[in-house]
Amino acid sequence: MEEGFLARTFPSTSGNAPTPIDDDLRLKLYRMMLRARHMEQRAYDLFMQNLVKGTSHLALGQEAVSTGFAAAMRSDDYTFCTYRGHNHTLLRGASMAGILGELMGRECGLMRGKGGSMHLTSVKHGAMGSYAIVGAHLPIATGAAWSAQYRGTQQAAVCFFGDGTTNIGAFHEALNFAVIWKLPVVFVCENNMYMEYTPISDVTAVENPAADRAAAYGLEPVLIDGNDVELVFETASQVLTRAREGGGPSLIEAKTYRHGGHSRADPGKYRPDDEVAAWLERDPLPRYRQRLGKLGIDEAALSKIEAEVEAEVDEATETARNSPAADTSIVEIDVWADGGSAWRN
Amino acid sequence: MAELTYRDAVSAGIAQEMRRDHNVVFLGEDIAAAGGVFKATTGLLDEFGPDRVKDTPISEQAIVGAAMGAAMTGLRPIAEIMFSDFFAVCWDLVANQIAKTRYMTDGQCSFPLVIRSANGGGSRFGAQHSQSVENWAMAIPGLKVVAPSTPADVKGLLAASVRDPDPVMFFEQKSLYATKGEVPDDEHVEPLGKARVLRDGGDVTIAALAAMVPRAERAAKMLAQDYGISAAVIDVRSLVPLDTTTILEHVGKTGRLVTVEENPRLCGWGAELASIVAEEIFWDLDGPIVRVTTPHIPLPSADALEDAALPSAERIVAAVRQLVD
Ligand SMILES: Cc1ncc(C[n+]2csc(CCOP(=O)(O)OP(=O)(O)O)c2C)c(N)n1
Ligand SMILES: [Mg+2]
Repeated sequence: MEEGFLARTFPSTSGNAPTPIDDDLRLKLYRMMLRARHMEQRAYDLFMQNLVKGTSHLALGQEAVSTGFAAAMRSDDYTFCTYRGHNHTLLRGASMAGILGELMGRECGLMRGKGGSMHLTSVKHGAMGSYAIVGAHLPIATGAAWSAQYRGTQQAAVCFFGDGTTNIGAFHEALNFAVIWKLPVVFVCENNMYMEYTPISDVTAVENPAADRAAAYGLEPVLIDGNDVELVFETASQVLTRAREGGGPSLIEAKTYRHGGHSRADPGKYRPDDEVAAWLERDPLPRYRQRLGKLGIDEAALSKIEAEVEAEVDEATETARNSPAADTSIVEIDVWADGGSAWRN
Repeated sequence: MAELTYRDAVSAGIAQEMRRDHNVVFLGEDIAAAGGVFKATTGLLDEFGPDRVKDTPISEQAIVGAAMGAAMTGLRPIAEIMFSDFFAVCWDLVANQIAKTRYMTDGQCSFPLVIRSANGGGSRFGAQHSQSVENWAMAIPGLKVVAPSTPADVKGLLAASVRDPDPVMFFEQKSLYATKGEVPDDEHVEPLGKARVLRDGGDVTIAALAAMVPRAERAAKMLAQDYGISAAVIDVRSLVPLDTTTILEHVGKTGRLVTVEENPRLCGWGAELASIVAEEIFWDLDGPIVRVTTPHIPLPSADALEDAALPSAERIVAAVRQLVD
């Protein structure tokens, strides 16, 4: 399979000129993807050492989608993502030690241990939560977009979800709702071809689970190569501008692949070897590194980024490892806005 | 003071809060142009316009989810779920998302929102449009649960719910919509979490909620007139937070507690109250705690059947007599 195997389709209604991509931005995109990749590889290692408790869902292989969007978003935009949301949360600016610490149940965790891997949130960075009930966050992102529209802030909400999510009712309710109210929300389907273990094609009425449904909501079908970070960035820039200008929601289907299983417990053996091999060929990271080389970007600049990211991940790991276990004095706080959990007087 | 119906008190309460705070917005099915299927929201669209009073599609998940997303980003939405039975199609958003996200995120966000809904029986609508589901909500940490019995409380408790920084499930009893009562014209806010003592009494305390409150009051009158039994009546008003102070004080004085619940028998709020009383003031009791509830059945439709199922003043009287005699 070749690079650019999917058309570079943009919403034709948006007449915006594509955002120029310069070398600084390219290096930034590379660094962002690499941070996500290395952090999650480290999470996997920590898990193998039994330091990550509970479950975790890695997005290794899917980094170009979260990166392309995060790079195109305004700092006050809203991200809503799923349990497979470590990268989406990190790339909006959340602390890496906070993320690893949360996975490890440590006091330094982003939510001090109250949320866990599936609920990473950093509101001050616009990372409005990771949602673990399939489909729930599409209506919630729609509401955040409604709020932005009502307050006139020109903020946009970006909502990431998987192919499997297109078969739950909340997906359809949210799309219709966002369209009728012309809300500034971008729905991003990361089509990694599987729900948990079942291929999406076995259980879906159409070939492209999101794009083929767009017409039902009067939206343009947008199907892109989700492993091409620049294409994701360009697409994101277009649809975010459109959202800010009052053009309403967009639905993007980005084709991608997770390198590992669904969650920590899953070796992913249900996937044919040749399929896995073909997608490893299309790994967004080496692919982008190669492209950058061809574009004449200095090898030294790339190795410098690689060394810096490795050091960052090591440091975050040390911070998380050295952090004490979550503090049990917080078990009964913050149910209510007054900080408490009292249900009686 | 003006005499208003329970239904008109709903729009009066919403209007009072929308005038005061531009961040209060209102959404739901048929609530704007049509004024609500129970006509409880007439006039709001005219006064506040389509940006603040919004008709939605039949999409309960989207309605409740949109309210959540709006609340966590600065607005104070009021969402209507037409019949409380329909919570069953958006319970994920209510119970998993709205109720838990503040806690899970270590307090990073708040959800100042109200979900209003027409709850309860007495309208001959059958098993899927008549349930009392306040216990569903009470069972979920992170939700406040309010159920007014009078027009004045509809206005005052609704106002307090809108101002509250946490999610409030506001249950309006649909068979009360036509009832009338005096409602303050001026700004009216009743604090959440306070039971109201409607009647003092020496022999027994009757605790009731929503449509069961007027029945309990009628029963108390009958008990006094016909049997010389003096019953205190408490309108619980708010299940979360629960005013155990007022209730324990009265049960301690009277030595007996009868709860009157419209919900089906198992896990009703009265059971929680009974356990608190038994645990904390057991030695003050002069007899068993008695729960008068709807039997553990789906509600039937025919008037004769529905009336036979719901607690009546006569059933309350019989229960109290058996306890006191
Ligand atoms: C309502 C609901 N049903 C089922 C699950 C269990 N579940 C968790 S993830 C998942 C697969 C979701 O697939 P997809 O949307 O493609 O996302 P991906 O995991 O591939 O990123 C399932 C079935 C759930 N969390 N919520
Ligand atoms: Mg998938």
